Amino acid sequence: MEDTIKLTYEISGSDLLQAGEASGLLKLRLKQLGIPQEVIRRVSICMYEGEINMVIHANGGTADVEIGADDIFIWLKDTGPGIPDIVKAMAEGFSTAGKKARDLGFGAGMGLPNMKRCSDEMTVTSTVGHGTTVFMRVHIGKSADVASGRLLHASPATPGYDI
Amino acid sequence: MKLYKIKEILNASVLCGEEQLDIEVDSAFSCDLMSDVLSYVKSEALLLTGLVNPQAVRTADMLDMKCIVFVRGKLPDSVIIKMARERGITVMCCGLTMYCASGYLFSSGLRGT
Ligand SMILES: Nc1ncnc2c1ncn2[C@@H]1O[C@H](COP(=O)(O)OP(=O)(O)OP(=O)(O)O)[C@@H](O)[C@H]1O
Ligand SMILES: [Mg+2]
Repeated sequence: MEDTIKLTYEISGSDLLQAGEASGLLKLRLKQLGIPQEVIRRVSICMYEGEINMVIHANGGTADVEIGADDIFIWLKDTGPGIPDIVKAMAEGFSTAGKKARDLGFGAGMGLPNMKRCSDEMTVTSTVGHGTTVFMRVHIGKSADVASGRLLHASPATPGYDI
Repeated sequence: MKLYKIKEILNASVLCGEEQLDIEVDSAFSCDLMSDVLSYVKSEALLLTGLVNPQAVRTADMLDMKCIVFVRGKLPDSVIIKMARERGITVMCCGLTMYCASGYLFSSGLRGT
């Protein structure tokens, strides 16, 4: 792949039947592009958990995806209520999910930690009352590197809200 | 374990994907919370759930799970069936509770993920 492919998905906060549709479309696209299955799996989990979060916590938003030669980048932007304490929100089991989430089968407080686990880099920025942006990067070569037993280059810790 | 054997053990009815009853699943996961499924399922497992809603299909799709069994006699509507068919996912339903359905499968040799 020489050129970066840019995709944008609008995510509705009210059409619950459509929740997860963008993730499904992205998955199909990655498959068509011949991205390795294990990479698709990690991107799909990141995107789907993030998409559902925008639906259940923020009344929808926009997902921008860039597929480059080495990495897949995802920006999930919403103008929802924001996250007051990001460190707390990242803890397994922490959830403020209400009935809307429960009815969809979500609200275990597992989404953000799983997105963190499945991505190679994740940054959450949020302003209470204004919205949340989640950035994630999934390295395309990583699964192959792991499989061949090569040592991986750990990404350096960044101060601030990098988690 | 092959899907047709799962159908037999659970006395389940197949709602779509009859054509792939000879494929194998290597493990199973029972859960009503989809983010738990997304956190724990590692391989191409069978999903047993009481969550009768499109997100069960979408979750299975994200993880390349090939079969969903809806337990407690809950019947998915035509939208859910259509979504599953489009994604190549077999859907079964059975009248057993989650505990019993899981127990029968486990004691027949199908382990957890
Ligand atoms: N886009 C968002 N806008 C506002 N709050 C959010 C957003 N995403 C997450 N949160 C907050 O962070 C908490 C933890 O999110 P996380 O995805 O880990 O769990 P959950 O969505 O509550 O449940 P699960 O993901 O297991 O279904 C949420 O309960 C919510 O309070
Ligand atoms: Mg979540």
